[in-house]
Amino acid sequence: MSVGAPRGLASSGQKPIAEILHPLSATEELLSPGPDVTVTIGGDKEAGLTNGTPVEMSSPASASSLFNRLQLDDDLEADARDPYSSTETRDLFVTVDDPKKHVSTMETYITYRVSTKTTRIEFDLPEYCVRRRYQDFDWLRIKLEDSQPTHLIPPLPEKFVMKGVVDRFSEEFVETRMKALDKFLKRVADHPVLSFNPHLNVFLTAKDLNKRQGLALLSKVGESVRHVAGGYKLRTRPAEFCAMGEYLDTFSQKLGTIDRIAQRILKEQSEYLTELREYGTVYSSWAGSEEELRRPLEGVAGCVTTCSGALEDLSENMSQDFLPVLREYVLYIESMKNVLRKRDQTQAEYEGRLEAAILRKQDDRTPMPAEVEKCQDKAECFNADLKADWDRWQSNKRQDFKQLLTGMADKNINYYDKCQAAWESLITLLQDKQTEDKTSETN
Amino acid sequence: MMADSGSSEEIAVIGNTDLISDESENNLINTMVERETALLRKMEINVTEAEKRSGKNTVNMQETYTVYLIETRLYNRPAETVPEGGTPAVPDTLWRRYSEFELLRTYLLVTYPYIIIPPLPEKRAEFVWHKLSADNLDPDFVERRRVGLENFLLRVASHPVLSNDKIFFRFLTEEKGWREAVLETGFQDKVDSRLKSLSAMFRVKNPDKRFTALKQYSDELNTVISHLLRVRARVADRLYGVYKVHGNYGRVFSEWSAIEKEMGDGLQSAGHHMDTYAASIDDILEEEEHYADQVKEYLFYTDAVRSVCRKHELSQYDLEMAAQDLAYKKQQKEELATGIVRVFSLKGMTSKLFGQESQEQREIRLAALEQSIQEGEETVKEKNAECQEFVRTAWEDIERFKEQKDKDLREALISYAVVQISMCKKGIQVWSNAKECFSKM
Repeated sequence: MSVGAPRGLASSGQKPIAEILHPLSATEELLSPGPDVTVTIGGDKEAGLTNGTPVEMSSPASASSLFNRLQLDDDLEADARDPYSSTETRDLFVTVDDPKKHVSTMETYITYRVSTKTTRIEFDLPEYCVRRRYQDFDWLRIKLEDSQPTHLIPPLPEKFVMKGVVDRFSEEFVETRMKALDKFLKRVADHPVLSFNPHLNVFLTAKDLNKRQGLALLSKVGESVRHVAGGYKLRTRPAEFCAMGEYLDTFSQKLGTIDRIAQRILKEQSEYLTELREYGTVYSSWAGSEEELRRPLEGVAGCVTTCSGALEDLSENMSQDFLPVLREYVLYIESMKNVLRKRDQTQAEYEGRLEAAILRKQDDRTPMPAEVEKCQDKAECFNADLKADWDRWQSNKRQDFKQLLTGMADKNINYYDKCQAAWESLITLLQDKQTEDKTSETN
Repeated sequence: MMADSGSSEEIAVIGNTDLISDESENNLINTMVERETALLRKMEINVTEAEKRSGKNTVNMQETYTVYLIETRLYNRPAETVPEGGTPAVPDTLWRRYSEFELLRTYLLVTYPYIIIPPLPEKRAEFVWHKLSADNLDPDFVERRRVGLENFLLRVASHPVLSNDKIFFRFLTEEKGWREAVLETGFQDKVDSRLKSLSAMFRVKNPDKRFTALKQYSDELNTVISHLLRVRARVADRLYGVYKVHGNYGRVFSEWSAIEKEMGDGLQSAGHHMDTYAASIDDILEEEEHYADQVKEYLFYTDAVRSVCRKHELSQYDLEMAAQDLAYKKQQKEELATGIVRVFSLKGMTSKLFGQESQEQREIRLAALEQSIQEGEETVKEKNAECQEFVRTAWEDIERFKEQKDKDLREALISYAVVQISMCKKGIQVWSNAKECFSKM
């Protein structure tokens, strides 16, 4: 199934399938890349092959060095991630785009095109193109949560929107939602474990997902059953996971504050814009009753109008690009907290069973019952997965916020640039007139 | 010393041409075009300080008021030469309060009715946006008023006619006794009470069309500038809000940085820049206030222009009344001479009823009328000359004023643009700094 000549990673050779570790094995040595890690060069401009976040492979130690290498590459390229910079580690590229409205007798909804390009053998074809709606993404997410309970699943944008408050079919809403779905899918595709999940495969390849919807309901029930069946209470959370929990709480709080500040700024800007518009018209009307001063006054009116336009752009950008990403991270944090809770449950179950077994033990020579050992494995595995996911999440978060805040600064700089240019050209105009007058006087 | 006061060489103090740098903030942006008059050639005038005083007023009540220090320096005085290693001679100074300025202005208004008298800065703060206090004792308000009063004195001192006024000179140089001197001029008697009544409409049959147009322009200008100042105050208010809210970023970034490892430093520094950004609006709006003051001066000027127009109306009205009166008397004479009554009069009626008066009586009346007519003709000639003289001198000043207005307001607009550019540059600076911090996260 390889496309072109195979070119493995320098760090890993070609391994026979038997030697490849199971993604969920409880060892420090995390996954190696699949056997045919072929580079797919020749990015399709149309599909936009870059995945949003850097991919982490192999052990944590080399993962961070790999990440550093990736990060350096990212820094070299201005804004967008160059598809050619780190393709050696990516063999699954997904994109969400092309929203279309569907009208049926029962309902109206939007579908998005999901394009896939891959060299993995888990996929039958190198390319896929399917249409999916939000429901389908939700299905995928639930399936991932169920089948990979020890891993952090990226969040989806909000499911419910109040009809009448938000227009579900407005260009801006669809655009914002699509970007969030794209990000979600890219994060999943970049995840060393989740990207191999068979449900993802189905999501990306099947023509028709409808059959599976029924299962979604069942699995939801199953999940809650599983939780209730646990019923063990955790005594103490290990320090490092406590730290994670605290971090998440504080971080979530801060993001909430930033959201409120940004919204407040938008509100103030909007009111400023209203006054500014009226301000411009006053200069225009004044110009009407003047002779010598007509052009200068009209010039000022023009500047004010230009600045108004620039401000409008700035505000629009804040509300369409900045705020949604911020909110998405709040959801991401909630997901992470969920995973922490599940981890707690797993640990609790283990400790509970262990205690029970110890009480029942006859003597020291009786071996530990198998189910207790299984629980221990599960707990340790969960911890390892979580730690790895946490590190990945932290570095992604750093990249994401760096990009987000830098973008915000850029937009503001842009706004002031436009305004400055307008006023500077006005001064030139006014001063030219002045020198004209002076020379005509001395003549 | 230089020649007569009539010459007016224009020395344009256009301080803004090279003020596109950051130093402009420190310069007092005086956009006044100072014409060199005899007075200004021999004397420098400044209003340098303001002080609070307490005292008893005319109704013997305790009050607090502000006094302003007027400093004058005479040029080319032998005694002014600086002794070796010494300091320059101390300027002459005296203190004046706002009401004295008002008195001076009223005097000028009455004494030179055909001149557009420069306005005083506002008595009470108007067009305030929320940060500025509307309190007359607020230091910011007092400071801006000090600048306004200095501007007023310079405007009068650079006027080709007003600068020669003795009372004005004594205002600048004689602290005590000035008040009595002004009152002694008896200017209050010259005040035409009719002008005080704003609603009085003088039905002028042949107003000078230029004055009618000027009055209309003046009213339009008054309306539009008022509107401008009101909206500008609201714009300032909103802009203040936008900047200040950004200050919250500073706090939250700082708190956030506490829980971060690698991102911490970048966030913390960026937060400081957000604080700087939020704080920068205070200076910016302070500079913008100066622009507002420049525009405001012309708002108040419109009142002075309107006043001149009304005085013209009044003098035209008086002329027309005198002419009408004369015409009536002439008609009376004609009737008396010819016996034909054209216009109904009680005298005529009673004559008809009770018989004609005697020849002697008629001749006495005719003689009286002749006298009256002669006087009337004198009056009309006088009024006509007055009116024409008023129109001539007023229009001369109006032309001067128009030129001054165009130059000053263009300068004001340039200085406004300069302030805006400075604001943009500061904004770019701060956000660039923040961006650098973010990129180092």
